Amino acid sequence: MQEIFGLIKEKAEKLFADGSVNRVLGWKKGETEYDRIPSVFESAEELEEFVYDGFCAANLSKYLIRESREDGKIAVLLKPCDSYSFNQLVKEHRIKRDNIYAIGIDCDGKLDIDKIKAAGVKAIQSIEENGSEVIVHTLYGDKKFNRQDVLLERCLCCKGKDHVSGDEFILAQNRVDTTVKDRFEDVRKLEAMTPDERFEFWRSELSKCIRCNACRNVCPACNCIKCVFDNEDSGVAAKANVDTFEENMFHIIRAFHVAGRCTDCGECSRVCPQHIPLHLLNRKFIKDIDELYGEFKAGADTETKGPLTDYRTGDAEPSLISDRGGSN
Amino acid sequence: MYYKMKVEKLPELYALIASEKALYLPIEQAGAVEFRKWDESSCVRLDCLNTLKSAKGVFLPQSENLVAFKTEGKNISVIDNSETAFPFVIFGVRACDARSFDILDRVFLSDPVDTYYKTRRDNATVVTLACNEPEETCFCRNFGIDAADPAGDASAWIVDGELYVRPNTEKGETFVSRLSQLLEEASDVEKLEAAKQSVRDILGKLPFAELNLDRFKGDNMLDIFHDPAWKSLSESCLGCGTCTYVCPTCQCYDIKDFDTGSGIQRYRTWDSCMFSDFTKTAGGQPRPSQVERFRQRFMHKLVYYPMNNDDIYGCVGCGRCVAKCPVSMNIVKVIKTLGGEKK
Amino acid sequence: MNNELIPHVGVITDIRQDTPDVKTFRVNSLQGGKVFEHKPGQCAMLSIPGVGEAMFSITSSPTNEEYMEFSIKKCGCLTDWLHQLDVGQQITIRGPYGNGFPVDTAFLGKDLLFIAGGIGLAPLRSVINYVRHYRDRYGSVDIVYGSRSADDLVDYKEIIDEWMNEDGFNVYLTIDREQQGWDGHVGFVPNYVKELNFDTSKTVVLCGPPIMIKFTLAGLQEQGFSKTQVFTTMELRMKCGIGKCGRCNIGSKYVCKDGPVFRCDELDELPDEY
Repeated sequence: MQEIFGLIKEKAEKLFADGSVNRVLGWKKGETEYDRIPSVFESAEELEEFVYDGFCAANLSKYLIRESREDGKIAVLLKPCDSYSFNQLVKEHRIKRDNIYAIGIDCDGKLDIDKIKAAGVKAIQSIEENGSEVIVHTLYGDKKFNRQDVLLERCLCCKGKDHVSGDEFILAQNRVDTTVKDRFEDVRKLEAMTPDERFEFWRSELSKCIRCNACRNVCPACNCIKCVFDNEDSGVAAKANVDTFEENMFHIIRAFHVAGRCTDCGECSRVCPQHIPLHLLNRKFIKDIDELYGEFKAGADTETKGPLTDYRTGDAEPSLISDRGGSN
Repeated sequence: MYYKMKVEKLPELYALIASEKALYLPIEQAGAVEFRKWDESSCVRLDCLNTLKSAKGVFLPQSENLVAFKTEGKNISVIDNSETAFPFVIFGVRACDARSFDILDRVFLSDPVDTYYKTRRDNATVVTLACNEPEETCFCRNFGIDAADPAGDASAWIVDGELYVRPNTEKGETFVSRLSQLLEEASDVEKLEAAKQSVRDILGKLPFAELNLDRFKGDNMLDIFHDPAWKSLSESCLGCGTCTYVCPTCQCYDIKDFDTGSGIQRYRTWDSCMFSDFTKTAGGQPRPSQVERFRQRFMHKLVYYPMNNDDIYGCVGCGRCVAKCPVSMNIVKVIKTLGGEKK
Repeated sequence: MNNELIPHVGVITDIRQDTPDVKTFRVNSLQGGKVFEHKPGQCAMLSIPGVGEAMFSITSSPTNEEYMEFSIKKCGCLTDWLHQLDVGQQITIRGPYGNGFPVDTAFLGKDLLFIAGGIGLAPLRSVINYVRHYRDRYGSVDIVYGSRSADDLVDYKEIIDEWMNEDGFNVYLTIDREQQGWDGHVGFVPNYVKELNFDTSKTVVLCGPPIMIKFTLAGLQEQGFSKTQVFTTMELRMKCGIGKCGRCNIGSKYVCKDGPVFRCDELDELPDEY
């Protein structure tokens, strides 16, 4: 990604120099070797801190809700999967497209620091990305990883290398495909469980939830001006799981709210401090929508109406639930 | 006085402790290691440096019942249905979390005392565990904490397949005396001291080993408060509560009522100053944007808390927020940006 | 051990409609009498179980030995509910909280000037009636009170019948805009205070909407008052009332515990986050 990094930085400097934008939304180095902070750069000088590498996983599109309402034009860096969220936000009129210069950038998969640490790595001093290898230097010695083994879950079933939106693109010469599995593979495993097993699986996962709201706040589809769970008067604004009902329902209600709009960007699972596989809820919805209404990719463009917001006479009847073996 | 036993006997030790008192340990469930009540089937993870949530939840649970009410016509009856107290041992607390109890004590045990918290504190025997392999996110050293020799009622070390224990308080003495059938007096204390020293060497080499905290004092409150850097520091903040909820010293709470259908349960839950509704009233919002909310959290830890508590910082350097923040923004970044680089 | 978070049960024994959106509730303990003693300017947490709990200033004077009173403006979920209650309804109450006014120190022997706007009179009422009770401990008393309209003046009856007839008391009322049947002063409180041109040796107690406090304080300073002479009382969101839940802080101070009464120069040393 080093070649790309240089090209992106050059491009950003040029955009500042010719005055086409007054801000650039990208990533900056944080305090640890793998911390990458989403940041707004306001001048070419500030780009000194700009970084683009395997740890720049954050989907920047949601920040545009705020930033595209500021004065001037902002350039944003979008990885292929982020461009879906971007389109979806344009479609929902939540970002001001005219104030944005979207640059599609190459991605060879993003690294999962938790996978690296789960291998027993501690006291990291530096990390080297070297082609298909990741070398971690620590106070307790070095450790070498096969890049593919320490990628984020979402990158193992990448939506594809192609951007679905952007004003220009900065791509690598040799593009790496990280896809090794079908994204519905894990959903099929869940579907194959008995209802009791499935219930047990989700109970066990969701009971870890601490209601920090990181999944909701990072989610580009969760873009309500005021969330129902923040409304004191709603009766559901609890900050803890008072009972198991809430524990179960918070995430399921959230998944319902984003159904048909979720682009499967995977940020919810990436940021969950408790490693709850939240993306599986969304993928189940996506799979069902595909099966019931025909294949649909939220954010593939900015015009097509979502299957759940577009009634057609040929739409699936509610009785289909029982036909599929479910109950109400 | 140090005592020791083979680590292979740990399950026996747990069973012996649990035969008298409830025992909390870092236990893995569904991939998450937290302090949980031990039983024979528990998967104990003493090797885990930081539990996901801190140990504070044992004393200040994420949610707990305070009081219940029954209403009948115009009348109200008050029912004290808070949980009944029981003596317990919390084992495997790291030095940073142990210090966090002191920080919480100054809040909850100061007048007027928080009854719920105090009851649990009184009933607890805290057994700490020294760190063997600190991580790059650890920075407890900046707060005068020695991860190689943690505080608590009793301290423990695991060195070369042996568990060493040293009582520090009367409660600790009692704890050790009840385990006499498993523990023997340790005569090889030199080995332990050498192990401590090698851990201290590592602690000194960690990237955040020497943060410059000089600026963070009461005299500079307004100066720091008005520092223009807060805007860019808070820019990426999502306004979630991850940092707060994994933090061992965050103590803010909310009180809410829940209609159970057969009465009203008033309960307390952790709250976060990072949330948009935290200070919102019918009359207004003193912290209207994430800049003010973000600033509050760090001002509280680094300036306000020390002002009210003999210059003790409200951070223990456990590094959970560093590891868990979804946007990699954290207190170390704040300290470095506002306080300057190393001394 | 006394558990601060478990409230007492009190009963509403009288409700007075003061203004279109302010009611004054009289509260007694179930055995009669007061639920607890307090100092002027202190507050209490009132709650309707199932609806919520919030902090209100105790409007009655500590010298009232029969009951406690709370003047409450309808402005949110809990206050909407409170306004629907009838006499005889029980509520929960805990306290007293906060520091209260320095009636035994800074106020002693001083000429006092009370300035209030709208519902801001509620916390001052307790200290004004306290001063009436211990009349010989304090000097002259001037009260400037204003509201949007004549209908919005809280405790109008008590002001007319009692305060205006009290020895050494001068009461100045004002409303924001002309109104039929009102022959008193018209104009905003900060301007009226300037017009009245008070002696700058007075000790001032100021409470009202933030904007009114801001302009009145600026006016007083222009006239030669020092911020060290001016006391005000603050209100922020609170949950515990005992300095632990962490939401009512202004810098290192907790309004529920270190306040709600602050001397205005003390506020200058705190972040302006209120």
